[in-house]
Amino acid sequence: MKMTRIFAAAIAALGFAGTAAAFEGEQHAPHEHHWHHDGPFGTYDTQAVQRGYQVYQEVCASCHSMDLMRFRNLGQQGGPFASEEFPNPNDNLIVMQIAASYTRVWDQDEVNDDGDPVERPGLPSDAFPAPFANEQMARASNGGAYPPDLSLIVKARSHGENYLYSLLTGYEEAPADSHLAPGQYYNPYFPGGAIAMAPPLADGIIEYADGTEATLEQMAEDVTTFLSWAGDPHMETRKQMGVMVLIYLLIFAILVYLAYRQVWANVKH
Amino acid sequence: MSGPSTYKPGSGVEKWLDDRLPIIRLGYDSFVDFPTPRNLNYWWTFGGILAVFLMIQILSGIVLAMHYVAHEDYAFDSVQRITRDVPFGWLIQSMHANGASFFFVAVYLHMFRGLYYGSYKAPREILWILGVVIYLLMMATGFMGYVLPWGQMSYWGAMVITNLIGALPFVGDAIREWLWGGFSVGQATLNRFFSLHYLLPFVIAAVVGLHIWALHVPGNGNPVGLDVRKGDAGKKDTLPFHPYYTVKDGFAIIVYLMIFAVFVFFLPTVLGHADNYIEANPLSTPAHIVPEWYYLPFYAILRAITFDIGPIDAKLGGVLAMFGAIGILFVLPWLDTSKVRSMRYRPLTRWFFIFFVVAALGLGWCGAVNPDDYVMGITGFKFLYLGQFLTFYYFAYFIVVLPVLGIIEKPKERPASIEAAVLGTDKA
Ligand code: HEC
Ligand code: HEM
Repeated sequence: MKMTRIFAAAIAALGFAGTAAAFEGEQHAPHEHHWHHDGPFGTYDTQAVQRGYQVYQEVCASCHSMDLMRFRNLGQQGGPFASEEFPNPNDNLIVMQIAASYTRVWDQDEVNDDGDPVERPGLPSDAFPAPFANEQMARASNGGAYPPDLSLIVKARSHGENYLYSLLTGYEEAPADSHLAPGQYYNPYFPGGAIAMAPPLADGIIEYADGTEATLEQMAEDVTTFLSWAGDPHMETRKQMGVMVLIYLLIFAILVYLAYRQVWANVKH
Repeated sequence: MSGPSTYKPGSGVEKWLDDRLPIIRLGYDSFVDFPTPRNLNYWWTFGGILAVFLMIQILSGIVLAMHYVAHEDYAFDSVQRITRDVPFGWLIQSMHANGASFFFVAVYLHMFRGLYYGSYKAPREILWILGVVIYLLMMATGFMGYVLPWGQMSYWGAMVITNLIGALPFVGDAIREWLWGGFSVGQATLNRFFSLHYLLPFVIAAVVGLHIWALHVPGNGNPVGLDVRKGDAGKKDTLPFHPYYTVKDGFAIIVYLMIFAVFVFFLPTVLGHADNYIEANPLSTPAHIVPEWYYLPFYAILRAITFDIGPIDAKLGGVLAMFGAIGILFVLPWLDTSKVRSMRYRPLTRWFFIFFVVAALGLGWCGAVNPDDYVMGITGFKFLYLGQFLTFYYFAYFIVVLPVLGIIEKPKERPASIEAAVLGTDKA
C-alpha cells in the first residue's frame, strides 16, 4: 500500500507535477538584498552574526531546532564569538557561558550509577538543544505544521538569504479572496501563500545586547546572516584559500604557456 | 604500440629491469616518444583532462568514504559532519561534488570532438565503443553517488530511476525489487549503492587502460582526419608526444583546473539542488524531481514519449528511447557511411552536426523544466513538443542523416597529407 503510494507520487512528480498555489496571487519573487558576505571577497558581518544568534536564541529556538550546530561552533574560526585568545573553541569563555546557561539531560545514554539519565549544565561540545523531543511533539504544538530544522535552511531554499529575508519581513494583511485555515498566515513569499508560522518578528520584541535598535528589518537581516553562517561556517576560509589557489594556478598557467610557446617555437602546426 | 620501440635503457639498473619487466619501456613508448600528429588542436586535450579528473574523483572519494556512514539515519548528517568537522572536509566534499560535473563537461566535449572529427570511424571503432562503455559506467557511478548524501533529491531521484526499470514487461518488478534489496528505496539500497559507487570508478580506470591501449594501436586521429603516412614520410606528419603534447595538455589541464577552482571555492553549491539540503523523507515528494544536469537530455527523451507505440506503452517507450539514445552510440561507427572523417570536409553534414549539438543542449533545457510549461511563454508551445521534436532529431541524426549524407554528399577536397595541411602547401 505504502509502496503503491510512493510509486504513484514518483510518477506524478516525474512529469506532471505543478506547484499547486492556494491563491490566485503568484508567489512573489524574493527581494534582491545586499549581503556583507556576497561576492568572492565577502565576509560575514560578525556583529550581525552575533545579533542573529541572539534572535535565534530568544525567538526562533522555541520552535526550530538546529541539530547540526554545537555550542563550540560559535567560538571556532569564522564563528561569531571566535577569539584569538582561545584557539580551541572548547575553552572559549563566552561559549562556555552560553552552553552552561542550559541545564538539561543532554544524552539519554549518559547515566549515573543508578542508571538514571544525568541532568547537567551544557558544555561547548553539546548540540544546540532542540525545542521538541520529536516531530510529533513539534507538530502537536504548532497546529500540525512542522517547523523545519534551521541548520541548513539557507542552502535548502532557492534564493537562500534573499528568500529568508523576504519571508521574515513579508507578512501581509490577507487579501479578501484568500481562504486561510485557522493557524495560517498570509505571506506571499511562501509557496502557496499560506504559512503556518505566525509572524515571528516585530519591531522591538527583543533588546539587542549591543544596543542596536531591534527593528523588524534589522532582526530579519541579522538572523538570516546568522543562519547563512550556520549553513556554511567555513565560507571565509574557503574564499581565502580560493584566491590563493587561483593566483597559484594563474602563475603556473603562464609559465606552462611560455614553455609551450618555447617548445613549439620552431614547429609549424 | 605503433612502430618499433626506441627506448634505450639509460643505466644498468634500467637495463636489468627492462630485461625482466619492460615497464619503463612501455611508459616511454606510450607517453614520451609516442608519435602524435602535429596538428592536434585543443579539443584533443580533453582525454588528458579526463584522466586527471578520474584521479581527482578517486582520491577525494576515498577520503570521503573514510568519514561517510552509509545508513539511512546517519548518511545525511555524516556528509554534513564531513564539511563541518573534518579538517578540509569542506574542500574534499566540494571537489568531489563539483568534480563530477566537471568530469561530465569534459566527457561531453571529448565525445562531441569524436563526433565532429569522425574519431569513431575505422580503425578506431573499438576505441570509441570502449569510450561508450566508460560513459555508461560514469552515468551509473554518478547516479549512485548522488544517492549517497541521502537528501530529498537523492532519494526521489533514486525512486524515479529505479521505478523506470519497473516498466520493463514481465521481469521489471522483480529486477526493481532486486535492485532495491527490498520493497522500496531504503537502507539496503543505500548500502549497495555505496558499495557499487566505490567499485565502479576502478572499473572505469581499467576500461580507460583498454581505451588508451586501443588508442595507441592506430594512434591519435587529427583535425583533418587523414592517416599519418607510412614510413619516413610519417615522421613529417608527427611529433613525439613529449615534450610537444605534454606541455600542450599540461597547459589545457591547468586552465581547466582554474575554472574548476572557481566553482569549488566560490560557487560550491550552484550546480546542486536546494532540495538536497533537506534530508530524505519518503512521505514528502518534492514539487519537481530533477536529476543532475548531466542526465537532463536523457530525462527529456524519457519524458518525450507520451504516447503508446503499438504494444509498447508510453512509459516503456520512454525507457527504451532513453536507453536507445545511448545504445545507438555503440553502432555509430557502422551508421556513418562516409569515408571522410573530419566534418571540415563535409559541408552539408557539418550543419546537421551543429544542429545536433544545439538539439542536445535543447534537450537538456527541456529536461530541466516542467514539460507542460510554454517555451519562452509562447502559448500552446509546450516544452513537451520541443522535447519531442528534438528527440526525433537526435535519433534521425544517427539513423537518417549520417547513413544517407555519407552517400549523397560531395566532400570538399582534402589536403594531401597532415604535413601539407599544416604547411598550407596544398591549398589549390
Ligand atoms: C511559534 C513557533 C515558531 C517560531 C517562534 C518561529 N517559527 Fe519558523 N516556522 C514555524 C512553523 C510551524 C513553520 C512551518 C510553516 C509551514 O510549513 O507552513 C515554520 C517555518 C519556517 C521556515 C521555513 C519556510 C519554508 O520555506 O518552508 C523558516 C525559514 C522559518 N520558519 C524561520 C524562522 C525564523 C528565522 C524564526 C525566528 C525569527 C522562526 N522561524 C520562528 C514555527 C515557528
Ligand atoms: C574516463 C573517461 C575517459 C578518459 C580518461 C579518456 C581518455 C582518452 C585519452 C587520453 C585520449 C587521447 C587524447 C584525446 O584524444 O583527447 C582519448 C581518445 C579518444 N577517446 Fe577517450 N577517454 C574517456 C572517455 C571517452 C568516451 C566516453 C568516449 C566516447 C564515447 C571516448 C572516445 C575517444 C575517442 C574516439 C578517442 C580517439 C580520438 C582521436 O584520436 O581522434 N573517450 N581518450
